[in-house]
Amino acid sequence: MRPFKYSTTNDINVAVKMLQVKGHAKLLGGGTNILDLMKEDVEHPEELIDITGLSYTQIKSISSGPNAEGISIGALCKNTDTANDPIIRQNFPLVAQAILAGASAQIRNMATNGGNLNQRTRCSYFYDIAMPCNKREPGAGCAAIEGINKMHAIFGWSKDCVAVHPSDLCVALVALDAIVKVMGAGGKERLIQFSDYHRLPGTDPQKDNNLQQEEIITEIQLPKNNFASKSYYLKVRDRSSYAFALVSVAAAIEMAGNQIKQVRIAMGGVSHKPWRAYEAEQFLINKTPDEANFNLAAELEMRNAKPLKHNKFKVELGIRTMVRALTQAMNGGKHT
Amino acid sequence: MKEGNENLRLTEAEKDLFNQVMPEDLAEIVTGGIQRRHFLKLLTVTGGALLAFQLFDNHEVFAQSLITNSTVGIENGVKVAFMVNGQKKQIEVDSRMTLLDTLRERLGLTGSKKGCDQGQCGACTVIVEGRRVLSCLTLAATCEGKSVTTIEGLANGLELHAMQAAFIKHDSFQCGYCTSGQICSAVALMTEVKNGEASYVTPDIRLPGHSLRLSDDEIRERMSGNICRCGAYPNINNAIKEVYSGKDVPQTWQFSS
Repeated sequence: MRPFKYSTTNDINVAVKMLQVKGHAKLLGGGTNILDLMKEDVEHPEELIDITGLSYTQIKSISSGPNAEGISIGALCKNTDTANDPIIRQNFPLVAQAILAGASAQIRNMATNGGNLNQRTRCSYFYDIAMPCNKREPGAGCAAIEGINKMHAIFGWSKDCVAVHPSDLCVALVALDAIVKVMGAGGKERLIQFSDYHRLPGTDPQKDNNLQQEEIITEIQLPKNNFASKSYYLKVRDRSSYAFALVSVAAAIEMAGNQIKQVRIAMGGVSHKPWRAYEAEQFLINKTPDEANFNLAAELEMRNAKPLKHNKFKVELGIRTMVRALTQAMNGGKHT
Repeated sequence: MKEGNENLRLTEAEKDLFNQVMPEDLAEIVTGGIQRRHFLKLLTVTGGALLAFQLFDNHEVFAQSLITNSTVGIENGVKVAFMVNGQKKQIEVDSRMTLLDTLRERLGLTGSKKGCDQGQCGACTVIVEGRRVLSCLTLAATCEGKSVTTIEGLANGLELHAMQAAFIKHDSFQCGYCTSGQICSAVALMTEVKNGEASYVTPDIRLPGHSLRLSDDEIRERMSGNICRCGAYPNINNAIKEVYSGKDVPQTWQFSS
């Protein structure tokens, strides 16, 4: 690992200022991704600013504003504490399930929620500094597009990058229309819709998200919803635990009588950003929640997939995973 | 080194080296980068030089290694005071030092193992502030004021921790390399279950934590961050079941007769 300066601060404005003036500084939260990347020489910051001393660790109800009755999750709250918060488990079980589907107990004990949003892709060519990668070194080319791309994108990729976002939590957050609150220069805060937070690669895949260099995530807000009794996060992977998703689906349903009133579907492991399945959602509104409709909705969504050489299986797997996740959500979201 | 790498920039030290050992190629290297033939030439030239250095100057070389063991004047040094197995430790570390390397190389606690050093195997699992974490992805600098428990700190004198005893009874290891991580992980798992923490396979995540029962599926999911190359999983499962239930779980192995 290359030498770097380690510093700490308990003041967010100081941290923002440091990012502003030090172009080669990075933030340290749980460290579960940045340290790994530094060992591999993919990231080589000249300074790490440890922000775990900042106060954004709370999970609390929002009392006023557009998201009143929703919940605010601190960016520095650990994944484990978030998944086991009684309100999250009771009212946002999709979030708890998605967190628990990711990584291992050890990593969830270390990792922060803000860090989860900002973790980098696990594309093996991004990690291997002997290979060209536009995300790591803009203009170098993409080794994955003609390489072993089984784990890569089927939606929204460009000729410059076919990497996928690795998070499970983010799939649940995009499904539930979360909002990311960030602190910028001069104490200026702004809110970013979750679906606008991460980006598609386009011609500048080095940018994973729309955060400015000096901005720091402080909270993730979840608006109130009526999905808690019918939601499910299903993750399909090469082994049954401690692996990244081939395909994952977050599904949440609200019923009116025997018809679907509202439905949210998002997919992981398929795109550079957590992928909202808007076409499938639209199809299911006012339909009965049966397998035939779930299948039609899933096929409609996956019709737009553009698989690569080694991941054609993700199209059929995506359909089946979506149907299963919706079925499990209808059955009360229990793990079977 | 890459063939024709236009991004290559030589440091002053590297320029000096080339200037000393192969001055005729310096200009070409600075403009065109290091080509394979330069590298081969460098090896040929310096290989002999290094050997000579070792033969004639080993006194200096050993002195050098002693200096690097000193903690004085570490570049980017960070002073850390923390508790390890109940004992207060105060050291200065390079900012790059992980907790794992600090335990093993500076504090002489070699029970925690370096498996992958990338957070993929769990061999380095230790307990920090009551929670299991990966010491290979924890910077020692971040441990200020914290309390760390390693495999060396589990037993009470000569009396083994219940989990250690159960691992021995159930033959929960073969080569033993992952075992200290497995045991630390399993010990923390007991606390998590007592606190009602959920896992991905918890049947109903909305139910309050006290309804949790530690099934075989739950044990497997919760221990998935600890890889065992020998495949001792069924026996690890039995050891954890015995400690969890407080009841005797029969051994599944016996000595051949």
